[in-house]
Amino acid sequence: MSFDYRRREILALAMGALASGAPGAVAAQSAAQARALVDRVVADINAVIASGKSEAGMIADFEGIFDRYADVPIIARYALGVDARRATPEQMRRFTAAFRANIARRYGRRFREFIGGRVEVQGERSIPRGIQVETLAILQGQSPFRVDFHVSDASGKVLFFNVIIEGIDMLLSERTEIGAMLDARRGDLDELIAAMEAM
Amino acid sequence: MPDQIITKIIVPAGLALILTACSGPERGAFVNDPFEESNRRTHEFNKALDEAVFRPLSRGGNAVPKEVTGAVVDFAENTALPGMVVNGLLQGDLESAGINTIRFLVNTTVGIGGLLDVADRMKLYERETDFGMTLAKWGVGEGAYVELPVYGPSTQRDSLGLIVDAVFDPLQLFVPDAIEPYVGPSRIAGEVITRGRFSNSVDAVLYESADSYAITRQMYLQNRRFEVGQTGGLLVEAARAEQDEDYEDPYADPYADPYADPYADPYIDPYADLTGEN
Repeated sequence: MSFDYRRREILALAMGALASGAPGAVAAQSAAQARALVDRVVADINAVIASGKSEAGMIADFEGIFDRYADVPIIARYALGVDARRATPEQMRRFTAAFRANIARRYGRRFREFIGGRVEVQGERSIPRGIQVETLAILQGQSPFRVDFHVSDASGKVLFFNVIIEGIDMLLSERTEIGAMLDARRGDLDELIAAMEAM
Repeated sequence: MPDQIITKIIVPAGLALILTACSGPERGAFVNDPFEESNRRTHEFNKALDEAVFRPLSRGGNAVPKEVTGAVVDFAENTALPGMVVNGLLQGDLESAGINTIRFLVNTTVGIGGLLDVADRMKLYERETDFGMTLAKWGVGEGAYVELPVYGPSTQRDSLGLIVDAVFDPLQLFVPDAIEPYVGPSRIAGEVITRGRFSNSVDAVLYESADSYAITRQMYLQNRRFEVGQTGGLLVEAARAEQDEDYEDPYADPYADPYADPYADPYIDPYADLTGEN
């Protein structure tokens, strides 16, 4: 019914908080490594949810998870899209740093919404770029829903570079968001970075 | 009674044919939004309504004990099940129709009229569906994106689905007169309660995003396309990759040329920040 898929959408965007990836020791990606990565991410996430910490504490913990497991530079670069092409190395460095803090804070704040929930890893399969690890998020009083992690070792480490929650793609959402922020500043990258650093 | 059900099936099918004629292309163009200007006006209206009414109400809802709000949400969700059963049948999805039927029977009886979600505890989770999804399974294109007043994001196809689901809600066949007055209000209250529970996420999209309209549109369309094609992740990935070829693969960012492989970028080490090494 009408209300339900809006609820679904709300859940899905709430689950955006689970966006992150894990540090593998070495490259040479395999499905087993990808799964091991997501197993660790999920274990960490479940531990944070179960910790009963204050919201601020959960946000801090979540930031740590994101830093350890997500391929932030590639996510940041994708979010910037076509504008990454004209960015100087220094601009990319500052943008990536600002993006990391920004994304961790934005998603981390939603963590409160998962209290009492958990994530279960279901399986993994090959995708054109890396491995897709499929998980099920089970929140109190809600039907379980799919969360897929896309994992790659292209960085030299096994990290995840995308999270897709009930079809909602983190990379694409971030590109839309960063693109809109850039448009609002008439494409001025330095202004964008300054605004993100000030957030 | 069977006559009534047949009416509920035939009439929507006729409407579906009408809709097919009005739906625009959706492959190739990732977002089909010819009404963007008026949609954006509606979006601003919806945001103002949320700020003035729904958000304050949802904060009030958060102050109510969970036992109460949970029962309201469970009751409202139970009332949606007969419609989902019919849609499951229309889609030829007997498994989902069966599970939703058992859910409805269990929750309505053991769950005291739906106030308790006993079926969830038996791992009989709701198989969510609606007439918009039925139309999609029948091959009806999604049409243009529309943001509806009060309700929010939708498409032409899904808007028609909404109307059909509301007008032909088979709940009317089952619901006792004593309970019927509570159905509508519980559904609205359920929305408010859910909005309150996920307030941080909703607020982030509506009030903290640089373009809340674009984000809402994108999330709705992606989520909806996922639900409609929800047979296997890879099929969906392939379909989306066709729609936007660089969509899934940030490592092959075609815009980043000459840094096509950011990891081969001679100027920066993207991991310097991450690990603190180097």
